[in-house]
Formats: sequence, structure tokens, C-alpha cells
Amino acid sequence: MSNSLQHTTLRQWIENARRETAIDPGPTSRVARRDFLKGIAAGSLVILTAKNGDTIAARADDLGTDDSLSPSLFVAIEPDGTVKILAHRSEMGTGIRTALPRVLADELGADWNKVVIVQAKGDRRLGDQNTDGSNSIRFFYKTMRVAGATARTMLEQAAANQWGVNATEVSTNNHTVYLNGVKKKLEFHQLVEDAIKLRTPEPADLRFKSPNDFQYIGKKFPIADLDDILTGKAEFGIDARIDGQAFAVIARCPVVGGVVESYDAETAKAIPGVIDTIELPRFQGAPLFQQLGGIAVIAESTWAAWKGRDALKIIWQEGPNADYDTDKFITTLKDTVKANGQVMRNQGDAVTAIADADRKVSATYSVPHLSHAPMETTCAVADVKTNEAGDVLSCYLKAATQNPQAVQQAVGPALGIPNDQVHCDVTLLGAGFGRKSKPDYCVEAARLSRILKRPVHVTWTREDDFRHDYFHTISAVHCEAGLDTHGKPTGWLMRAAYPTIASTFAPGADAPATWEAEMGLTDLPYDVPNVRVEVGKAKAHTRIGWLRAVCHIFQNFAVSSFADELAHAAKADPFKFLLNTLGDDRHLDLAALKLGNRGADPKEYPYDIGRLKNVLTRAANNSSWERHAQLPKGKGMGIACCRSFLGYTGHVVEVSVSQEGVVSVENVWCSIDSGTIVSLDRVHAQVEGATIMGISQAMYGEMPMKNGRAIHSNFDGFQVAKMIDAPKAIHVDIVKNDAAPGGVGETGIGSFAPALCNAIFAATGKRIRDLPIKNHDLSWS
Amino acid sequence: MATIKVNGQQRDVSGIPSDTPLLWVLRDHLGLTGTKYGCGVSECGACTVHIDGEAAQSCVTAISDIGDASIVTIEGLSENGDHPVQQAWKAHNVPQCGYCQVGQMMTCAAMLAANPNPNDDEINDGMWNICRCGTYNRIRDAVKTAAKEMR
Repeated sequence: MSNSLQHTTLRQWIENARRETAIDPGPTSRVARRDFLKGIAAGSLVILTAKNGDTIAARADDLGTDDSLSPSLFVAIEPDGTVKILAHRSEMGTGIRTALPRVLADELGADWNKVVIVQAKGDRRLGDQNTDGSNSIRFFYKTMRVAGATARTMLEQAAANQWGVNATEVSTNNHTVYLNGVKKKLEFHQLVEDAIKLRTPEPADLRFKSPNDFQYIGKKFPIADLDDILTGKAEFGIDARIDGQAFAVIARCPVVGGVVESYDAETAKAIPGVIDTIELPRFQGAPLFQQLGGIAVIAESTWAAWKGRDALKIIWQEGPNADYDTDKFITTLKDTVKANGQVMRNQGDAVTAIADADRKVSATYSVPHLSHAPMETTCAVADVKTNEAGDVLSCYLKAATQNPQAVQQAVGPALGIPNDQVHCDVTLLGAGFGRKSKPDYCVEAARLSRILKRPVHVTWTREDDFRHDYFHTISAVHCEAGLDTHGKPTGWLMRAAYPTIASTFAPGADAPATWEAEMGLTDLPYDVPNVRVEVGKAKAHTRIGWLRAVCHIFQNFAVSSFADELAHAAKADPFKFLLNTLGDDRHLDLAALKLGNRGADPKEYPYDIGRLKNVLTRAANNSSWERHAQLPKGKGMGIACCRSFLGYTGHVVEVSVSQEGVVSVENVWCSIDSGTIVSLDRVHAQVEGATIMGISQAMYGEMPMKNGRAIHSNFDGFQVAKMIDAPKAIHVDIVKNDAAPGGVGETGIGSFAPALCNAIFAATGKRIRDLPIKNHDLSWS
Repeated sequence: MATIKVNGQQRDVSGIPSDTPLLWVLRDHLGLTGTKYGCGVSECGACTVHIDGEAAQSCVTAISDIGDASIVTIEGLSENGDHPVQQAWKAHNVPQCGYCQVGQMMTCAAMLAANPNPNDDEINDGMWNICRCGTYNRIRDAVKTAAKEMR
């Protein structure tokens, strides 16, 4: 991989890749983008509608109407006082569809009972919609507050005008504007007509709520979809219906890059309910978000399509990836990390420091491929209308997607229409974990609908989901360190090798990218004078994608397991060793270390060692860490910490391991500091969920591949955590901190698995270096 | 088979191949999409419904096997979404994405009907449905709350 490619971000990678296939949509919409607040974060842009004096043309389906107050695309206040708020991020279980509208409603002073949440279509005027990377609150917290404050300021001015007072003499609460100190009030619906006529205020004129006055932000509140979920009325992608739709199930080559040699369409068509079979071409170039290709069976029901698919008797030309064997590949990766690679971070002279050290420690860790396996498989319905010549007249989709703009960008080129002419509504997602930000299934539905001239719903079976995932990568990380006579690390060297996510977007990308290494490897927080980090080459033989927590899964596993190995080598208490090795409270000098920061300004989002030490210490204190040394054999406590997605976690895990080697996770303590919190209960829930996902990944997670094929095709093979695996208790401790909002959804994963394996070592003396845990004999006597 | 009994009503299923799993009949033919597809092989529990009061996986139950048994889906579990299990799920804010929760609640309601006071081991065994969001600890608490309400 060239150096320039090494330094692009994931976002840039994807954008560049899309640009290669995108069709010029013509003149872009004129979007008003103005920084309203000093220090406003990238993406925190408010877009104003034309009728309120700014530049963008309103669309018929925008929230605002001629009669409503709508100074932003995100909010409209109707003449009857109803407040409509646009939810433009996808709901996949984090509560974001409720949380961001609550921020706007809080700043507006709205009564939540009079708020209607409207789910946005894919619409680039709204800014980033890729619900991924734990970015939603970080990117849009300020946007929502500005949008709410703008509308409130206009309502307040309208009230002040009616009362003949200065706007500083009024205040707003619960859908009502009050004249301070006097028993006069006007409700929102009484002010809309006048407020519409006012000039939209300048940012400098906006007053924002004091955090002490927050009514919704930082509080516990239920998700807006709770009742619908509990009564089965909630609409997920698999439930999406368009009148007259047919159902499609698709046979795809089990080896990525393979094509159809022959198949039996007639037997499939003989199945009752089957309408037709349609061949989909294989993707061209890198996989991107294009369809894998194969044979689709279209039917009047999912089951008929499924049976038809299984009757196709396809013979595949499997192509060059048919040799892929992960047992062999992991050996190759472990060989790769024995040798020098490309240097990604270099401070002092780690090699000499280790060679000269009093004590040397080295270990190599590996983590296999993982599947996303959201409970709802990938599903979408598309309705593509064409004229008699076959030209596309319109394209509409309803999809369980984490990124409706990616749907537009993938479907547009597939149909030969401008991206903005792809209309994509977003259903609820039966989880996503990163899988549903890759809209290959939407491309399939759109292509099939165009050919069939009828709406087509594509359902991936669970077998499809496991066999044709964008798999989490497979990795080896080698660590070496030297300790001085006091047990203090003097040199720390790491080498990592794994197929890069970039390979999905650019053929030939064959080494970890900087933004991947920055997730837990090159951003090593420990205060060690000599540090060297290298990466080695690794070619991808399947589609590699990001999965919740991404490279933190294996890089923090290696780093925090190795730190525990060093503590034991130094005969030190692991908690105290971590605390001492983290060093003084300070900010890492990201510029000097040439480290990215997920695009965030280090002034607003410093790498703060003090915060990392704080969550570590709180987790230790909450767990009564001092107990760890007194636990009998078979019981153990492990500790780890990390910064991921701009949030900080400290984990203590307490396990018991039976003499037969059965591991039970007894208790988990997690302290998390992600700065400003919007939805207190959902942050709790995300950490609880991250713990269970961490158990799935560490205990059971592996997708072996043989002959280029994923071996497991359902939950009987690809094991995940069940109720019986859940800890007795997950003790979540959220640090109160009004710092800029960091990530949450992925942040709770990184330090869990190493804390678990460190606890197993404490209980049994057996060190797990190759996940998953289920492959190890942990029996003891 | 001409009809099956779903949520107290006889529903027409004539013309549907007899090997079709109940899951797809409910979802694609009868428009009852509250019951979810998760695995198709009775490994995850997302498709759980009640057949004559017992929890059953509709993904592996062919309609030819139903006969005159009475089927209850989430749409028929309670009239107003106020079954004690639904209320307990609400009180504990159990759902994250919510996709598996219908199956979880159907499993729970059947379990509590047979065993009004399950202990932790019985809950671990009985509530075997998969939740990838990881709501197990809240489900455990909600089961206990529901059990208390139902006793």
C-alpha cells in the first residue's frame, strides 16, 4: 500500500472508492453551512430552509410547511404547537432515534408529549447519516442544540413583541413562553404564526440553556419505540412492505469473487409460488458495497423463494479465493509478526532497550474472523419504476440500513441514476453492529426490482448472513517488552498483521492502515521511554468489514493482556502496575506521535491519561480490587483499561473456573467516561450490551474458513452468548463529566476481553493468547 | 388445510403449501409481522409463538402439523400491550434494538404460565433465546418482576 493511502481515514477511503463509480448528479443543492458556535465540531452544521431567509430550496417532504416554524431541516413547529423533530441517524438499539431529538427538544423548551419524531430519508443536506463509529452524539449534539435554540429564540421574540418587552425578559419551559416575574404566558401554538415572520437569529444572538436547567439531557428516559417493540408493531427491514411486492432469496457464491457456471432454473421455477429466477452479475473491481452476484429466486413468499433457491443446483467457478484456509492463514500471520514490518510509531530505541533490559517478556496473540450476526439479517425492499425502454424513472427503498446515504451512493451507480434520485426510507434495525452500513443487499433489491418491474423484498437467510458477511478481520499481534530491575518497562515493541478493511474498497490494499493501527495499537497510552510499533502485510481473501469496536477487539486484547503479563513478570499488583505504567496525568502529544484522533480536534478531545487512570481506579475501587489476592484457586479477578472512540473505560472482571475448566463470568465492573451523556439509561444499556458482546467474542467468537468458505452457517456453529453466559451482575459506573461527548456504543468492548482473560489467568494460571476461550483446556486440579 | 386458528380467529391458509413453516405463513400470508425470523432452525427463539399455550418455534413448525391447535402471537398476547410480561419489559426498559424481544416475551409468558416462580437456574434454562444486543441481565430482572405480578 502506498504511503498516501496509509494516511487516509476510513471515511476518505470509502468516499474515494465511491467516487470512482459515482455518477455526476449535476449541480449540487445550495446548502447553507455556517459555523454557529465557536469550537463547533466537524459535522455540527445547521442547515436552514429557504423560506426562512436562507439559501436551500425546500423539498416537498421536508418537515416545514408554509404554516410551520421551521428554521432548520431538523425541526418544525406546527400551528397547533406540535413539534416535529427529524431523527436522521438509524435506530439499531442505541436509543439514538430518541436521544438526539431529546437534545433538540430540551434546548427548545418543548413538552416531550407534544413531540413527534420523524425518521429522515437518506439526505445529504442533513450531514453525516452513517450511524457507525460511535459518532452520533459527538457529531450532532451541538447541531441539535443550535436548532432548538434557534426556534426557541424566534418563539421568545414573538412573545416579547406581543408583550412589548425585550426578549431578555422572557423565558421558555414546557411548550410555553413566560414573561419573567409576571403571570403572563403564551403557548407555542399561539406564537408560531408571528414567529414565522421573524428573521432567523444570528448565532451570536442565541442563548443556550445552562446544563443545570436541562430537562431531558443526561436524564433517564424510555426510547420512543418501546411500546411498538413490545406489541410487535415496530417495523424492521424484514417487515417493510410495498404494495405488490415479491420476495427474493439469493444464491451467492460461497467464495468471494466466484461466479455462476451453471444452474437449474426450471426446477426452481417449478416450486409453487416461484415467479422467476434472475442472474445478478458479480461486483466489478473491489467489492465495495456492490452486490456479490449470483442467482435470485423471486416468489410470492419468502419461503417459496427460499425453496426455489435451494433447488437451483448451482455450479460455481469459485475463483482465486477458493484456497483460503484460516488455519494456515493464522500461521502465516504469526510468521509475519516475527519479522520487521513497516514502522508506524517509533520513540527512542525499543529494540536496544529490550535487548539491554534486566528482564524480557514476549507473547503473540491472535483473534479469528468474526461475524456481525445481528438478530435481524440484512433486508430491504425496493421499488424501481422504468419506462418501456427500461430507463429508470424512480427508485424508492425501505431498508434496515445504518447509512441511507450509502444506499443512495451504491444504488445510484447500479441503476445509472444520480444518487439524489434514490429515495431511501429507514426502518428500525434489528441491530447492525456495522453490517448494515454496507448496503450490498439494497443494491440487490434495486437491481431485481428494475428487472422484474415490481417491488422486490430481499431477505438474507441466516445462512446467507453467516456465509456472506463483511467479516471482522483475522489478526496476529506480537508484543515484546523489557523491564528494568524495578519492574518498570523500558522498551515496548509490537508488530501486527491483519487483512485491512481498506481491501474491501481498493484491490491490492494489503497492510493495516494507520487509522486501523490507531485503534489500540499505535496509541499505546503507557509511559514507556522506548516504543516501536510495526505492521506487516496480509492479503484479504474475503470481504473485510468493520464490526462494533473494530480493531480495538484484537489490539486492546493484545495490549492489555500483555500489560498483565508484564505485571506478573514484575511481580506487581496488576492494577498498580497499570496505574504506574500509565504515568503522570497528562495529554498524549498526538501531533508529536503522528496519531490521528478519529478526526476530532485534540483540544476538544485530548488523549487524557488522567481520565484513563480515573476510570481504571474507579473500576478497581468499585470491585474492591484488593480482594483479588485472597481469592482461592479457580476464582480470579482481571483488570484492563483503554481509550476507544474518544471514550475511556476501565474494566474489572471476576470469574470462576471449575476444575473441569468451565468459565463463569461472575461480576463485571465497568467505569466509563465519555464526557457529556444524553441518555443515561441507554448508556448503561450500551455498556451492559457491550459486556455480553464481549463475552460472545472472547468465549466463543470464531468464523473459520476452509476452501474459501465460511464454515459456520447458523447459531449452532457460530456460538454466541446466551442468558446462561450472562454475568450475575454488570456494575456500570458512568463518570459525570461535561467534557465534549465521546463514543459509547463501541467504547465498552475494548477492555472487556483482556480483563476477562486476565481474570482467567488469575484463577487458573493459564494465559489465553489465542481467542476464543472455548478452544482452550482450562481444567485444573 | 383450509384454516388455522390464530389469536382466536380462524384464518384462511388454503393454497399455501403444507410444508410452509408457520413463521412465514404468519408473516407473509397473514400479515402478522410481529413474529420474527432469526435463524430458521430453532436455535435463536426469535420466532417463538404459543401453540395451545406452550412456547413453540414457528420457524420449524409446518402448518400441516398445526391441525386445530390454537396459536397465539405477540399480536394476540394481550389486547392493549399490557400483559404482565410486556409491562415488566417496559418497566425495566429491556429492549435495545427490540428485534428478539417479541420471542423473548413469548418464551417468558409460556414459562411463567407453567412455572410461576422460577429460580435463577430455571430462568437461565428457560430463557434460552438469543439477544445479540445483550439485554440478558435486564431480561432476568424483568422475568422476576413479571413472575411477581402474575402470582
